[in-house]
Amino acid sequence: MSQIHARARLYRRSRESIFHGFDPVLTAAVALLLAIGTLLVYAATRDWYARNGLDPQYYLKRHAINISIGCLLAYGTTVIDYRLLRAYTPIFWGLGVLGLVAVLIPGLGSTVNGARAWIALPGGFQIQPAELAKIAIIIGMSMLLSERSHDSDEPSSRDVIQALVIAGLPVLLIILQPDMGTSFIIGASVVTIIAVSGAPSRWVAGLLIVAVLGAVVASKTGVISGYQIKRLQTFVNPTADAQGAGYQLRQARIAVGSGGLIGTGLFNGPQTNGRFVPEQQTDFIFTVAGEELGFLGSGFILLLYLIILMRGFSIARRTSDPFGRLVTTGVIAWFAFQLFENIGMTLGLMPMTGVPLPFLSYGGSSMFATLIGFGLLQNVHARSKG
Amino acid sequence: MNQRSRLNLLVVQILIISLLVALFGRLFYLQIAAGSKYRDAALSIQSRDVITPATRGLIVDSYGVPLALNKVGLAITIDRIAIDKQTDKGVAVMQRLSKLLKLHYRDIYQNTRLCGELAKGQRAGCWTGSRYQPIPITKAADPDTALQIVERSDQFPGVDAAPIAIRNYPGLAGVNAAHLLGYVGPLTDIDLAKAQGKSYFRSESIGKSGLEITYDAYLRGVPGIRTLIVDRKEAITAQGSNTAPIPGNHLVTSIDARLQGAVEVALADAISRGRANGNTSDSGAAIVMDIRTGRILAIASYPTYDPNAFEKGLTVQQASDLYSEKKSVPALSRALQGLFAPASTFKSVSVIAAAAAGYNLNATYSCPAEVQVGDRAFQNFESKSQGTMSLKKAIAVSCDTIWYRIAFDEWLRDGGLRPKSKPNDYFFKAAQSFNITQRVGIDLPSESSSRLADRAFKKTWYQRNKDFYCNYNDRATKAQQTPFLLLLAKENCLDGDKIRAGDAVNFAIGQGDTVVTPLKLAQMYAAIGNGGTIWQMLVGKAIVKTDGTVVKTMTPQKLGTLNATPATLNFLHEALREVVVSGTGAGAFAGFPIAVSGKTGTAEVFGRNANGALKDNTSWFASYAPSNKPRYAVVMMVSQGGFGASTSGVGVRKIYETLFGVKGNKIILGAAIFPDGKPPTKLPRISPATKPKESP
Repeated sequence: MSQIHARARLYRRSRESIFHGFDPVLTAAVALLLAIGTLLVYAATRDWYARNGLDPQYYLKRHAINISIGCLLAYGTTVIDYRLLRAYTPIFWGLGVLGLVAVLIPGLGSTVNGARAWIALPGGFQIQPAELAKIAIIIGMSMLLSERSHDSDEPSSRDVIQALVIAGLPVLLIILQPDMGTSFIIGASVVTIIAVSGAPSRWVAGLLIVAVLGAVVASKTGVISGYQIKRLQTFVNPTADAQGAGYQLRQARIAVGSGGLIGTGLFNGPQTNGRFVPEQQTDFIFTVAGEELGFLGSGFILLLYLIILMRGFSIARRTSDPFGRLVTTGVIAWFAFQLFENIGMTLGLMPMTGVPLPFLSYGGSSMFATLIGFGLLQNVHARSKG
Repeated sequence: MNQRSRLNLLVVQILIISLLVALFGRLFYLQIAAGSKYRDAALSIQSRDVITPATRGLIVDSYGVPLALNKVGLAITIDRIAIDKQTDKGVAVMQRLSKLLKLHYRDIYQNTRLCGELAKGQRAGCWTGSRYQPIPITKAADPDTALQIVERSDQFPGVDAAPIAIRNYPGLAGVNAAHLLGYVGPLTDIDLAKAQGKSYFRSESIGKSGLEITYDAYLRGVPGIRTLIVDRKEAITAQGSNTAPIPGNHLVTSIDARLQGAVEVALADAISRGRANGNTSDSGAAIVMDIRTGRILAIASYPTYDPNAFEKGLTVQQASDLYSEKKSVPALSRALQGLFAPASTFKSVSVIAAAAAGYNLNATYSCPAEVQVGDRAFQNFESKSQGTMSLKKAIAVSCDTIWYRIAFDEWLRDGGLRPKSKPNDYFFKAAQSFNITQRVGIDLPSESSSRLADRAFKKTWYQRNKDFYCNYNDRATKAQQTPFLLLLAKENCLDGDKIRAGDAVNFAIGQGDTVVTPLKLAQMYAAIGNGGTIWQMLVGKAIVKTDGTVVKTMTPQKLGTLNATPATLNFLHEALREVVVSGTGAGAFAGFPIAVSGKTGTAEVFGRNANGALKDNTSWFASYAPSNKPRYAVVMMVSQGGFGASTSGVGVRKIYETLFGVKGNKIILGAAIFPDGKPPTKLPRISPATKPKESP
C-alpha cells in the first residue's frame, strides 16, 4: 500500500516542473560528455573531409541532429509514466527482435566490418536494432524479476528462466550477426541484473560458468567467424596481423600514447588529422581524445564516466522500487561494460570489437539508446525521492 | 531490498570501479610512462623529411688550389609521387625517357624504386632516399636533352631537369690523385650499419675513399631538413620544421698540386722506362715528404683511375676494371697498401747495426764475389768481386758480400741455431728503432703494416704454418711438390721458428720476409735525413670554415727517435751522398745542380706472373735533399721495374727537378715549387677559382 502511495505522490510531484527531479550531477556529466563528444567527432572528421573536397561539418551536423533527437528521447523517457513504460515493453522487445531478424535477411541488412548489424534507411540513415534490443532486454528482465506471482522477497528459478528467455532470444540473434562485443555487453548486464535481483546464488555462479564455457566452445566450434578469431588472435599477439586488425590496434595505441600529458591540442593531432586510425569518429573516438587532449583530457572523460556510474549506483540504492533498481542496475552495467570494452580495446586491454563509446561516438542508434538509458536513470531517480 | 541484493550490488559496484581503475592505469602507462616511445612511433608514421644536401667543402693544396670542388651538373630527375599517380604508374613516361637518354628502361625502373620496395638481393641501383625527393636518373645530362624535357612537359609528366651540385676533381696542373682524394657516393645500408654514432641522412652523398672518407665528417656539412606532415594516403597535410643546410668545411692539405702533377708524370715515365727495358713494371708509387714536419707534399700510385667516373655513373666495365688483376688492380694504393722487400735501401739499417756492434765504419773491408754461409754460398749482386774498399764505398756501389760476412758473424756470435738467452741482435734492434711494424699513421684509409722478419715474427709465422709444412706431402698441391719446395718444407718444419744463417744474411740486405710500404721507407729515409726523428705522416693540414675560421689543425706527431749515434748518422749521410756522387745513383743524377743523397734498391721477387714468366725485380730509390741541409725525402718504387737506379733513380731526379726548379742542369730562378726552400706554413685563402702558379 505504502508503495502505491509513494508512487502516486512522486508522479504528482514530477509533473510540477518539466525539470523537476532531474539529478543535476548526472545531467551535468552527461551534458559535458555530449559536448566533448561533439568536438571530438568534429576533430576526427573536419581535416580529412576538407582536404578531400567534402563538407568538413558533415559529421558535426549529423552528430548534432542525433544528439537533439536523443535528448528528446531522453526527456520522454524521464517523464513517462512507469506503467506506460511497462505496457510498451513487450512492443519494444518485439520490434527489437524483429529488427534483429531483419538484419539477418540478405538485402535488408548491411554488413559493416564483418558484422551484419545494420538496416539501411532512406536518406543515408542506418539503424542498428541491437542497440534498441539492449533497452528492451533490460526493461523486460527487470519487469519479470521484480513483479512476481508468489509471495517471496526473491525471484524464483521460474522467474529467472523466464527472464533468461527474454534476454536469450535477442542475444542469440546478435551472435548470429555476428556481433560479439554487443553480445558480451548484454550478457554481462543480464548476469548483473540477475545477481542484484536477489535470485539464488547458484544462478549467478551457473551463468558465469556457462558464459566462460560458451566463449571457449564458440571459439572452438567456429560459431565465431574467422573474422572474429583473427581479431582475438591479434589481441593475444598484436604483431600477428600487422596490416589488418593488428594495424588498427597499433595505430590506436600510438595515437593515444603520443598524446602525452596535455595532448597536441584540439584539432591539432597529426595522427587524427592523418586518419591513421580507422573508424575514428565511431568506435575509435577515444583515440582522438587521447592524442589531442592528452592524459588530462582523456582522464577527465574517464572521470565523467565514473561520476555517471556512481550516481547510477546511488540511485539504485535509494529507490525502494525493485523494478527501478533492476532497470538502473542494468543500465549501469550496460554503460560500464560497453565503455570498458570500447576504451579497453582502444588501449589494448580488450580484443577488437565494433562497439561504440556511450555519449561520445558518432552514430544515431547508439546515441539514441544511450540517451534513453540516461532517461531511464533519471526516471527512476525522479521517483525515488520520498 | 534483501541482504543478498544489497551485497551483490556492492560487488558489482566494486567490480565496475576496478574496471575504470584499470582503464586509468592503462591510460597512464600509455600516455605518461611509455609516452615518449609512442611519440617517436607517431613521428615516424606522420612525418617525412626532405633532405637538401649541404654543399661539400673543398679540398685544396697548400696554396689553395682546389683538388676537389663542386660543379653544377644537369640532373634529370623523376618524381615518384607524380608518376605513381599516372594510370600506368609511369611506365610510358619512363619508356619515352629511356629512348631520349639512351638508357635501358630496366635501369630507369630500378633507379626509381625505393630500396625497401624491392626484395633483398634485387636492390642493385635502387634509390636509397625517400619518395618525396626527386630521384636523379643522370647528373650529367646535356643541355639539349634537358631542354626537351622541360619544354615537352606533356610528354614527360613527373620528369624534371634541374641543375645539381656534383663532386668534381678538376685535375688542375695535371693532378689525378685518385687514391689520395678518393671519391663520394650515395649512402648505403652498409655505411648506415657502420655509422656508430655518426648521423647520416639517407640520400646524402658521403666520402667513399681517400681524404673524402677520412675527413668526411668535416667536408659533408649538415643537410637542410624540411619536415612534411602527411596523412594515411601520404598527402601532405602540414609543413613541419625547416632548417637550412650548413655547408661543409674546407680541407687544406700539404699537397702541392704542381708537384703532385709532376710526381704522377715522373712515376708514369718510370713505368714506361721499366717496360722499355723489358720489365713487367705492373705498378708503382712515389712520395715526396717534408722531413722536418712529416707532411706529405705529393703522393702517387700507379695504375690509377678517373676519380670523376663515380659521379658520372660507373659502368659495369669500369667497376670491374678497378679490381681486375689483369689491370693490376687500379683501386689499390701502392704507396700505402703495397708491401715490397726494401732490398739495398735497407743497408742504411745495416750500417747502424754494424756501428752498434762495434765495427769500424772507417776501416776497409773486402767485397768478394761470394761468401760461404754455412753450407751455402751467397753471391754478390751480379756475382762480381769488387776487391777491398771502405764501408762508405761499399754502400755507394752496393756491395752485398760485406754485409753477408758481418751478418753471418753476428748470427754466429748470437748462438746461431741455438741462440743465446740474450742475443745482441744488432740488426733487428737497428731495424726496430725505425718503428718498422708501426704504421706511419697517415690520414688515409687502409694503410698496410710493414713487416720485420725478426725473431718474434719467425715464432708467430712458425705457429701459423708448422702444420702445413710438417704435413707438406698431404697439404700441398701437386704443382707445389717440386724437389726444391719439398726440401724447403722439410727445413721449415724442422727449424722454421728459428732465425737461420740464410735469414740473417738476407735480412742485412733487405731481402727475405721483411717487406715495407713505400710510405714506410720514405718515413725511414726522412728520419735518417733529419737526424733521427720518426714523424707521423699526414696529408691534411687544417679544417677551415667557409668564412675562413680555422676549425682544426692537424699536426704530425713524433713517433720515435732513431737509436744511432751522431757519428753513425754522419757516416750514413756521407755514404748516401756518395751513392749519388760516385755510386749506383751517379748515372741518374749526373750533373744535377742540387746535392741529393739516396740509395738504390733492386729486390728479387719470388714467384711468377700470370703469363708464367718469372717476376722482375722491384726497383727502389729512396732519397733526401738538399744533402747539406735536408728538407725533402723522395721515394719511388716500381714493382717489377728492374734496376733501382735506371727506373726509379731517374724518376726521383725528375721529381727533384720540379721541386727545385731545375731545367737540364740549371736552376731556373723562381721556378722552385717552394721559393723559400720550405713548404708554406700559412694557410691559404680558399676559393674554387684559385689557379696553380705558372712556372717561369
